[in-house]
Amino acid sequence: MQSLPYLRESASQTAGPYVHIGLAPGAAGFHTFETELGQTLAPAGVPGERVTIEGQVFDGLGAPIKDVLIEVWQADANGIYPHPEDPRMADCAPGFRGWGRVISDFDTGLFKFETIKPGPVPSRAGRMQAPHLNLWLVSRGINIGLNTRMYFPEDAAAHAADPVLGSIEQRARVATLIATATGPSTYRFDIRLQGDGETVFIDV
Amino acid sequence: MKPAEFYMRDRSLHPPAHHPGYKTSVPRSPRNALLTLQQTVSEITGPTFGHSDIGALDNDLTLNFNHGGLPVGERIILQGRVLDENNRPVPNTLVEIWQANASGRYRHKKDAYLGALDPNFGGCGRTLTDANGHYAFRTIKPGPYPWLNYVNSWRPAHIHVSVFGTSFSQRLITQLYFEGDPLIPKCPIVQTIPDPQAVQQLIAVLDLNSAVPMDCLAYKFDIVLRGRRSTLFENRLEGN
Ligand SMILES: [Fe+3]
Repeated sequence: MQSLPYLRESASQTAGPYVHIGLAPGAAGFHTFETELGQTLAPAGVPGERVTIEGQVFDGLGAPIKDVLIEVWQADANGIYPHPEDPRMADCAPGFRGWGRVISDFDTGLFKFETIKPGPVPSRAGRMQAPHLNLWLVSRGINIGLNTRMYFPEDAAAHAADPVLGSIEQRARVATLIATATGPSTYRFDIRLQGDGETVFIDV
Repeated sequence: MKPAEFYMRDRSLHPPAHHPGYKTSVPRSPRNALLTLQQTVSEITGPTFGHSDIGALDNDLTLNFNHGGLPVGERIILQGRVLDENNRPVPNTLVEIWQANASGRYRHKKDAYLGALDPNFGGCGRTLTDANGHYAFRTIKPGPYPWLNYVNSWRPAHIHVSVFGTSFSQRLITQLYFEGDPLIPKCPIVQTIPDPQAVQQLIAVLDLNSAVPMDCLAYKFDIVLRGRRSTLFENRLEGN
């Protein structure tokens, strides 16, 4: 029998407890790089509604995870990603990178970040996906990065038409992907790795 | 041919979320099945980086935390290529590394191991791959260190590696080990990987030809990210 020419993906390994040294050295307690990447999701001047999101990541015993690192990938206010595979990239907001890194507080596990609310983005079928942030979580004890999404509570009508939310068979779990409004343009989004209310994680 | 989605991730070579031998994974592992998603523009795009993001010494860990001298330890060049599963180079992608020093000690608020800190070693580096997917760092070979998993668990010498690729669905963090280290098969974190061939793929190999005589040794480490489909046939966008 012939063999196929493909390579195999390198296996994932946990980011471990000291992920900050590599990806957020300021938080590890020292300074090497001129610029730390991913500190700002939406620089001042990027158009859109400015939103603040805070939350915690909980383990299966309900304890907050204090050494998690979350990466965020999102479209601009018009639903355009700053990437050549987005056919509308030329119209993406200038200066918008769409990506950032968020770490939890070492004492409380609380994370907090500011960005702009993304617009709806097209799905495969040409329907629109509701505004969402794409999230990727790593930490000690997480063997392979976990992908999930955060949606905004005020978009109920768009959620009903969203193909990803619509593909969740256990309807009660849809709520795990929707943030709670806690004030004007301020949201709470908790992530539960396991147990009651386990967040829906996605095989992207 | 227009590139389309990325190949489905082969979960049989990756560690499962829940692996009792690595105790911290027990409470930190989802127990429900992952939601299957057909990739959209949210998944086939991802952040891009350029040379303005990187400083001149960012890829030289022997110099980027210089406080008046050189770090202690075995000087090495670490180099290789970032490829995809189609064996194509991944150019201009960000590679970040972090590691302990030669004593096995991390420069991190939370590391209290009695191995000594090195005043001239920070332990983080980053670089972009070139047009052929090639990257290189200069650093110090890290030492092994103990950790509380079982009472006498030791990590083999390793360097943590983070890679982006061209899309958020290729995002990968892994660890690089060194040829000949007897701690590799004994490590509970290595043992989370179910596939022996996949473990071998994480072991950097001594590359004497890339060593710099009278300066430093060299190890080669290639990283493979998910590949993507390119097809003559249009996708049935409406699904079933
Ligand atoms: Fe480590």
